[in-house]
Amino acid sequence: MRPGSVLWFARSEGRLAWRDLIWLITAGERWRQRRVVIGVLIFVAFMHAIAWSLVGPYAEAARHPDKQLLVFVTGTALLSWSVMLAQAMETVTRGLYARADLDLILSSPAPARLCFAVRIAAMPVSIGLMTAIFVAPFIDVLAIRGGVHWLGAYAVVAGLALLAVALALLLTMLLFATVGPRHTRLASQIVAAVIGAAFVIVLQVAAIMSSGSLSRTAFLQAPGVVAVAPDPQSVVWIPARAILGEVQALAFVFLVGLVSFGLALLVFAHRFAEYATIAVAQHTAPPRQRQRGHQFQTAAPAVALRRKEWVLLARDPWLVSQSLMQLLYLLPPALLLWRSFGTGSMNAVLLLVPVLVMAAGQLAGGLAWLAVSGEDAPDLIATAPIPQGRVVRAKIEAVLGVILFIFAPFLLALVWIAPFGAAIATLFVAIAASTATAVQLWFRAQARRSYFRRRQTSSRIATFAEALSSVGWAATSGFAAHGSWIAIVPGMMTALVLVIVRTLSPVKTVGS
Amino acid sequence: MNQTGTIPALAIRDLTKRFERVAVDRLDLEVRAGEFYALLGPNGAGKTTTLRMVAGLLAPDAGTISIFGIDARVDPIAAKRVTAWLSEEPMIYDKLTPLEYLAFVAGLWEVPPELAESRAHDLLGWLGMTAHAGERCEGFSKGMRQKVALAGALLHEPRLIILDEPLTGLDAASARQVKAALSARVKDGATVVMTTHILEVAERMADRIGIIAGGRLIAEGTLDALREQAGQVGGNLEDTFLALLADGSVTL
Repeated sequence: MRPGSVLWFARSEGRLAWRDLIWLITAGERWRQRRVVIGVLIFVAFMHAIAWSLVGPYAEAARHPDKQLLVFVTGTALLSWSVMLAQAMETVTRGLYARADLDLILSSPAPARLCFAVRIAAMPVSIGLMTAIFVAPFIDVLAIRGGVHWLGAYAVVAGLALLAVALALLLTMLLFATVGPRHTRLASQIVAAVIGAAFVIVLQVAAIMSSGSLSRTAFLQAPGVVAVAPDPQSVVWIPARAILGEVQALAFVFLVGLVSFGLALLVFAHRFAEYATIAVAQHTAPPRQRQRGHQFQTAAPAVALRRKEWVLLARDPWLVSQSLMQLLYLLPPALLLWRSFGTGSMNAVLLLVPVLVMAAGQLAGGLAWLAVSGEDAPDLIATAPIPQGRVVRAKIEAVLGVILFIFAPFLLALVWIAPFGAAIATLFVAIAASTATAVQLWFRAQARRSYFRRRQTSSRIATFAEALSSVGWAATSGFAAHGSWIAIVPGMMTALVLVIVRTLSPVKTVGS
Repeated sequence: MNQTGTIPALAIRDLTKRFERVAVDRLDLEVRAGEFYALLGPNGAGKTTTLRMVAGLLAPDAGTISIFGIDARVDPIAAKRVTAWLSEEPMIYDKLTPLEYLAFVAGLWEVPPELAESRAHDLLGWLGMTAHAGERCEGFSKGMRQKVALAGALLHEPRLIILDEPLTGLDAASARQVKAALSARVKDGATVVMTTHILEVAERMADRIGIIAGGRLIAEGTLDALREQAGQVGGNLEDTFLALLADGSVTL
């Protein structure tokens, strides 16, 4: 294999990606590999069991698809593709701004264009694989119950991944050319967040406006929607027919993806290298002056710590885009809330309670990691004349302050129309945010803020505990808001999970 | 050297720290108030571990640390009030400007805002950073970051300044500014304890030099005293240092 050739770069990139993946899964601990394999097998079996019950009935229907099925499959495919496109935007942007080995590549006599072409080519592979992990159980079950023609759906996933990366390249390059290197990263992350959330939100908004519920599935299967959909022979249904196993449609979708990606690669590989160089130069260039007064306002350590956390959170572009996405997901519930002012529909309002609780838990977990573990100047904090417990308390206050700021408007609006639901929502938003923060405290391990994406690798237990507690408190609040005693069951289970997690945690005292 | 009192700035007794092996081994060390003390030693000698324990970043296994008479293990907060720490790798916040960083540091050490602001501008001016005071630190070079970190370390006017390889990786101009800032602090009565691999810096700036190897102090004194001990009269510090390390049995 000739050094500097496409294959040589591909082998090098493949090796790096593989080791990166292994590190991501095992956090660098070899002894975890066996556990990870067992965990993956259990997960795969579990997902197949779920898929068996969910999509089994559709396996036979695919032979003679009616409009209702075509609408449903198209809607679901569009949902997945919007997420793929958002991931592709994220991946392209990360590739553009990655500095890890750029100096080495650009200073070497090897053609940088080839290296970037290989990196771009790896993008649809990673996006496709990521999607395949989640859709594979459904495809497999459909193939087992309905025939091997369903396996063609894998080719649709590949075609959609190729198309997503092609479009993401186009959008990112356009952003770079229009808003410039300094703002492209943030702009791209915001666009990705909006794309990722937009289709879900549009469907939910449509569901609220038509049926007064948040259910996307119900909307896609509603008779009114099916009635206005095009005829089953329309070209609109080509992607759906491809997923349902029609060979011609499948070949068409895959070819569209392949040709789009090939064109994007030809056009943008060179420009990608050029823009990556500019992005690096921008990173080392002095930023604009930001003359601001009133920085020296306090001599209180707790206030200084809280203010520092808030400033850093507000200036973290990735966090801003992620928070924006979570806030976007709150738009449909907000719409539901607004409509309920007029209709007085209590049931619809109470649907909001678990949504708010879940969102609060998720957001608090991420923020708490950034505040508690993601400290870029640990020596400074450790050598400051402040007890460690006070530092931790100030950081918790900073996190809960953000949660309060974001969720207070929703909770106040809820008070107006459903005081009991508002009380339950407030209580469980506080509990979900506090427990997600507590989990991060129990499993805190000092790291740079830039490791945020990989925070899950530091502790799988913490990751699962954070997710489980959010889901558990959301379920508890949902039942409690309806005045059901069943709320005790998920509540007790969540509390039990947290007690077990606490006993397994390495940090036993808050101030340590 | 500026003698400001009889209580030593730093007194270490029987300090011990073990990781997989002994890093610091029953170390005794005393630094007088107002002196510039350089701690030298080969890689892995225990210099950084010692200073991290003094700064309160690492808990000793045994021994005592006294900073201006304050037992740092009994009352770490009081000890930290009069101490500053600066490491080789400046840890600052990329998303803050130098002024915002210094305002944060002032909050941690409870420096009154007006005083902190005035000191911050003075320090940044002194270190040649005024033009960058309103820029975020993310695009700064190593030297600029180190100067911001140094300004943060000096903001609360510490009596004991502990520095671990503060000049590594700095260009000549930045190194000169940092050295000038430290010398001025010593003239004003502060005490500096610094590790460095740049022996010329220790030779030119330090009142006394300690040489540590295997976690123990193997030699200590003024440059002339060390030369005499090593039998290198007239030699430079490098010759003296290597001779003392070769004869690790030297005791005082």
